[in-house]
Amino acid sequence: MSVEAREARQPWILLSPALAAVLFLLIIPLMFIVVYSFWLRSAMGADQVGFYLDNWQKALSDRFYRDILLNTLKIAAITTLICGLMGYPAAYFIARSKGNKMILLLLLMLPFWISYIIRTMSWINILGTSGALNTLLMTLGIISDPMQMLYNEATVILGLVHFLLPFMVLNVYVSLEGIDTNLEDAATSLGATRWEAFTQVTLPLSLPGLAAGGLLCFVLGAGTYITPVILGGPTDAMFANLVFEAIITQLNWPLGSALSLLLLAVLGVLVAIYNRYLGMAQLAKGLG
Amino acid sequence: MSAVTLQDIVKRFGSFTAVHRTTLEIPEGAFVTLLGPSGCGKTTNLRMIAGLLDPSEGEILIGGKRVNDVPIHKRNLGLVFQNYALFPHKTVAENVAFGLKYRDVPKSEIPAKVQDALELVQLPNVGDRYPKELSGGQQQRIALARAIVIEPDVLLLDEPLSALDANLREDMRVELKRIQERIGVTTVFVTHDQSEALAMSDLIVVMSEGRVEQVGKPEEVYNTPASEFVANFLGASNITEAQCIEHGASVVVEDATFGKVTVPAAKAPNLTGTGKAKLVVRAEKLLLARDAAPEGVISVPATVETVDYQGQAVRYFVRVGEAQLQAINMIDERPFAAGDAVNLHLRPQDCAALPG
Repeated sequence: MSVEAREARQPWILLSPALAAVLFLLIIPLMFIVVYSFWLRSAMGADQVGFYLDNWQKALSDRFYRDILLNTLKIAAITTLICGLMGYPAAYFIARSKGNKMILLLLLMLPFWISYIIRTMSWINILGTSGALNTLLMTLGIISDPMQMLYNEATVILGLVHFLLPFMVLNVYVSLEGIDTNLEDAATSLGATRWEAFTQVTLPLSLPGLAAGGLLCFVLGAGTYITPVILGGPTDAMFANLVFEAIITQLNWPLGSALSLLLLAVLGVLVAIYNRYLGMAQLAKGLG
Repeated sequence: MSAVTLQDIVKRFGSFTAVHRTTLEIPEGAFVTLLGPSGCGKTTNLRMIAGLLDPSEGEILIGGKRVNDVPIHKRNLGLVFQNYALFPHKTVAENVAFGLKYRDVPKSEIPAKVQDALELVQLPNVGDRYPKELSGGQQQRIALARAIVIEPDVLLLDEPLSALDANLREDMRVELKRIQERIGVTTVFVTHDQSEALAMSDLIVVMSEGRVEQVGKPEEVYNTPASEFVANFLGASNITEAQCIEHGASVVVEDATFGKVTVPAAKAPNLTGTGKAKLVVRAEKLLLARDAAPEGVISVPATVETVDYQGQAVRYFVRVGEAQLQAINMIDERPFAAGDAVNLHLRPQDCAALPG
């Protein structure tokens, strides 16, 4: 074999374990889901093999599914907005701090060492009827009976922000780190105030990081399943809960498959729009 | 009146003193270079003038007014950075126009002013391009245009040429000086490159370890270094231990290598009397020759040890008794070879003397 041929093969040899994993663990199972979504669940229990559009018709036309999908996107959007507003200043602070940057980043990563479920459940100890906040308020005599603060949309958003904020901070931080601090100095030397220098120079240059963080928060938020189960009320189901309900509770794999593909398609469109305007490279930077 | 005055300025970072008590006058319209190795405090001084750093002590005056409490955006200074610091998301024209937006310039006049500035830096046709589409040298010209279009009271240049490659650097040096002379703006230039400093400056401020070593015209600091540091930093010098044996109308110093040398009094301004002294001999003033010296020229026998051939010039390391000396000679033929026995010629009037 020639040297050129060997060199041309080398990247593929190195990639093959990862490609095999993607193929067998992602693409093939996903194909199963696609096939499933066209089957039909019959009253007898055994699924009817074939090419039926019934599940898709139901998923796309049923108001119930549509409302929950829109509500899911709304919750994800609010969560993303809050993460952006809270995360940007934090990221700016870390990026501009001198010396203790590594400690601050470590603190940011610290929550990842604790299970996401445990972190979510911790809010029950804080906001629950016998939780820290109610106990404090009653001890101080501000309220006489515990307030019900949990199990609503707000606590779902709270849990999601808690979960997703580090992703936002990291992405914004990475893009701010890549901005030459001389640029702000140059802007102020030309007559801009610190704030004008920020809005004219730093903010526009960090938008790719903000967008990357936003995309991650939105996609992870919209696909969340645990948070509404732990912190939401009966009416706060998000779309992933419907998929769970269909597949695990009702054992209706064909419908669950169609629903999960619908969510995948909606989020896929968002990712495609993002990729069209900003490119995936920015996302890779923030994750790396 | 001086354009910029540093009055008893001290700058400390924690327990480290970056600038020791410094007083400096920068004359109106002059091109003044702060020259020194990295860590000498030159950039710290520049950043304090700019308002990017606050002095720990002392006062900074620009145009006679105290500016310690004036924030950077109100100081009306042009600042040019080593890495250009152009706004990557704005076109060249938007970069140059940036400072005009914050001044009382009617919107309709901005494009013409931008174009004038681009023409001044000889890049009239790049206005709608983005900085990354330009070469390093072009980017630095745009950075200069952006800084001068606002008609600053003082132009501050922080090693603006050191990111450029050697040939471009020399072109830009000439170009920068041309533009500065044309608009006549008071300029403070920071560099560690002695040839830039010598070529461009009206006044050189040589700094070392947070202190000003010498302030003078290029030929003054070059020919009459005020300290051993200056003598070593600007060009290559041979500095030998000597004794001043006569200090009057003429200054006579004696060292082990050259014997008695009569140094012009003007070239020993800091020598206050007889006693311990140092003799400073520029490497290019030591001439290697086979012949005997003409009248009035000192000649000592020496052996060539190392030959560092540089084309038009050659740097020799020669041994005279105990001492190893450096000589840089222009040559038009074959250089001497290592091991050659030569005579070292030195005109006494080319020597300088420092206190010992």
